[in-house]
Amino acid sequence: MIPAVAQQIWCVAALLGTTALAIASSRSRRSTALVYGATFAISLVALAGALFSLIARTGATELTLPIGLPWLGSHFRLDALAAFFLVVVNLGAAAASLYGLGYGSHESTPQRILPFFPAFLAGMNLVVLADDAFTYLLCWEFMSLASWALVMAHHREPDNARAGYVYLVMASFGTLALLLAFGLLSGAGGGYGFAAIRSAQHTPSEAALVLALMLLGAGSKAGLVPLHVWLPLAHPAAPSHVSALMSGVMTKVAIYGFIRVVFDLLGPPSWSAGVVVLILGGATAVIGILYALMENDLKRLLAYSTIENIGVIFTSLGLALAFQANGFGLAAALAFTAALFHVLNHSFFKSLLFFGAGAVLTSTGERDMEKLGGLIHRMPLTSFVFLVGCVAISALPPFNGFVSEWLIFQAVLQSPDLPQWVLKIMVPAVGALLALAAALAAACFVKAFGITFLGRARSPAAEAAGEVDRYSLAAMFSLAALCFLAGILPGLVIDALSPVAQAMIGHRMPVQANDPWLSIVPIEESRSSYNGLLVFAFITAAASLAVYFIHRFASRAIRRGPAWGCGFADPTPAAQYSGASFVQPIRRVFGTLVFQAREHVDMPAPGDLRPARFKVDMHDLVWERLYTPLTEAVWFLADRLNQLQFLTIRRYLSLVFATLVTLLLVLAIWS
Amino acid sequence: MVVISDIFVQLGQMALVLLLAPLLTGVVRKIKARLLRRRGPSIFQPYRDLLRLLRKEVVLAENASWLFRVTPYVTFAAIWVAAALVPTFASGLEFSWSADLIAIVALLGSARFFLALAGMDVGTSFGGIGSSREVMIAALAEPAMLLMVFCVALIAGSTQLSTVATFMASSEVGLRVSLGMAMIALIMVALAENARIPVDNPATHLELTMVHEAMILEYSGRHLAMIEFGAFLKLLLYISLIICVFFPWQITTEGAGPLSYLVSVAAYIFKLAVASLLLAVFETATAKMRVFRVPEFLGAALMLGLLGTLLRFVSRGF
Repeated sequence: MIPAVAQQIWCVAALLGTTALAIASSRSRRSTALVYGATFAISLVALAGALFSLIARTGATELTLPIGLPWLGSHFRLDALAAFFLVVVNLGAAAASLYGLGYGSHESTPQRILPFFPAFLAGMNLVVLADDAFTYLLCWEFMSLASWALVMAHHREPDNARAGYVYLVMASFGTLALLLAFGLLSGAGGGYGFAAIRSAQHTPSEAALVLALMLLGAGSKAGLVPLHVWLPLAHPAAPSHVSALMSGVMTKVAIYGFIRVVFDLLGPPSWSAGVVVLILGGATAVIGILYALMENDLKRLLAYSTIENIGVIFTSLGLALAFQANGFGLAAALAFTAALFHVLNHSFFKSLLFFGAGAVLTSTGERDMEKLGGLIHRMPLTSFVFLVGCVAISALPPFNGFVSEWLIFQAVLQSPDLPQWVLKIMVPAVGALLALAAALAAACFVKAFGITFLGRARSPAAEAAGEVDRYSLAAMFSLAALCFLAGILPGLVIDALSPVAQAMIGHRMPVQANDPWLSIVPIEESRSSYNGLLVFAFITAAASLAVYFIHRFASRAIRRGPAWGCGFADPTPAAQYSGASFVQPIRRVFGTLVFQAREHVDMPAPGDLRPARFKVDMHDLVWERLYTPLTEAVWFLADRLNQLQFLTIRRYLSLVFATLVTLLLVLAIWS
Repeated sequence: MVVISDIFVQLGQMALVLLLAPLLTGVVRKIKARLLRRRGPSIFQPYRDLLRLLRKEVVLAENASWLFRVTPYVTFAAIWVAAALVPTFASGLEFSWSADLIAIVALLGSARFFLALAGMDVGTSFGGIGSSREVMIAALAEPAMLLMVFCVALIAGSTQLSTVATFMASSEVGLRVSLGMAMIALIMVALAENARIPVDNPATHLELTMVHEAMILEYSGRHLAMIEFGAFLKLLLYISLIICVFFPWQITTEGAGPLSYLVSVAAYIFKLAVASLLLAVFETATAKMRVFRVPEFLGAALMLGLLGTLLRFVSRGF
């Protein structure tokens, strides 16, 4: 029996082999089916292995490979946390591969995607498995570059090159932050192994600096506001199954990095770390979903909604940190489990929704919701699973999104006992932000589904749409089934997560499997409990009862007629509500502050024949206030430093000399 | 034995809310009519309306999808399940542990989600305007409601409604500032969620100000009956919620004799009557506000909920 970690490494090797295969067979017509078939099979094997070691609690297994730095080697380790994230990664990978079997056949340039797809999967697996700082950073960069290549797959489309450029800059920045963080963690002695870092002592100022750097490094990959700007550009630019992986899975790998360092390597947290993470998480959740609401491009809307969900996860992690710092083990375990549960849920429904958006894109060639509509008649199966995804992500019972939100709210309700005043005031405020984000998410997905799938077709392309292939449908239906199952049987998921919480927090949530009727009870029964299965059974029973009685004893007649619309027949589909008009009330309420939205109405005087015009001005304040000044500063400096290129050799020598003297002086004063 | 009696209480409650809901709306309408010196229809008129609608055929728009036909039943079922979980006359409901107050709020959210989608299904501008405004109102009302839930849950130490009602019925609660704030917040949210004046006008038709009615404009026959019934149930649910959290006097707690059930049912009906009188008087005395004043109204509810919760967080005394 080879150890679990070796199995995973073999899977990674197989994925890298698939990359080689993709390059070798790039001329073949069957390479698409070959590559996605191979990644599907490998991901399933890796998923089974990870799931087994998570549920069977096999304990941590380690492996050292003699590659990498000569005196260090490459360390890999599979513990409960890594196993959980491997489940997330490989489940998403399996679904994306299955989807790719169908979706990839529409690809015009498959050789730009096929080699990088398995490499990207391998990179994500390796990041989670890495057990020393050098391997971690190397794999992290590998993952970033592979995903960058996938973003640039359609590089001739407008905006994609810019998306790739912004992504590259932000990814390098993030890795720089991670590099510094691991440098600080390893200390002057250079103990790069995670085991050495874990056992080392870290001063409070060091820990604070590492936390800040991790928030910059992992946060920029995950999409924390204001480091999120690349995400809504890059995620939609990639092919849809890669978008699903980037949004549903790669952001989770970033969260894994954050958890690994902050909860595992850094030692006991301070409560102020919790405050910072809470504020960032709450702000990210609300701002992310507001951006999503204003968006009319379906895939960009989904990308912005990812930012919201990342905010929710970070909020929950912040709660866990605050509880952990004050020694409230059970509450910390609750918040931490809720965060992991949401990680899992988000990987399910966000992949599902991106697959749905990809199906719409294949079928109509459109991402712009204002040109879609009425697809529920022409793509009934896709619209059904997309609806499931929308309900799940809107945190509505009995689906899975509600369970994790509910657990987070239960964790919020544990916090009046916290001793620090800042936390006492912060936590209810963040709870309010979460509630607001959840309500806005529901509004956002009413819009996403309503404008895309309901109403009348807004363009000939939407009129002529058809259902997608069976592979894509299979991938979407299996994810929808997972959303449903995790929603009605949350106790099983919570129990499966307990070893992770035990390892990171030192406590776990109570065992759920023994609760009657498969309820979940976070603390004790008199405080709160929820039973998704029963709620689902009740709703089904009540609805069936109503249907039965009405169809049996009252009328069942149906007549089709033209829409009533208060007698105002709308002649064209353009007269329907559009995405922009749907969010107009919300834009008025929140947008004036967050986007400085201004509406300009140009109404011609009576008798004037020119058309009336309506214009909305919106500003992306993060770009305008933060990134534009930053780029301008960089340009300015670059312009000034440009002169350094044209000096004489004497000046260069004197510059080198001056630098040397300054450095020596600094060193002398320092020591 | 206890389990069986509990199940009977649960089933009795489910039947009771179903029977009482149209009557409550009828009573409110009657009182409003009397306050306006009109005679008004009989208090049983909502039952007749429902029966009439149920017997009629459904006229579906040509491009209505399956979602449009499923939504009335889904919303009705979600609201009914939620209403069945709010203690009315007895706190020991058999299935109250299956969903707590947060889940009840989310169940109502599910109902609204589907109704808003159905409003967009046919693709008329009226449906769109209704859905768009409904989600705007919900985007503020739902957080306000959740904050009210937080506040109450912190005082009672539970989000379980049966536990909350039992705790509130005990004498140890007393008057609290935060409870008062939560109550005002809940009443404001209830007005908005039930499309009452000053947020929306339930009696309006063909006005650009309507919200709820615009959303369900395309519905007819039994579908409309289900949606109307759902709306009646929702009004009853919110009033029961206010009663059970803030005025749970005479509610039967576990282990009481059969006589106490009679008393508590009578007390519950009396409280409903008082609530409908207050609602009618309030609705007659105020004017409907412009749609874009609604966010300010609900923002106030949100702030009250937050303030109440904050007070609980900073001190046990409030």
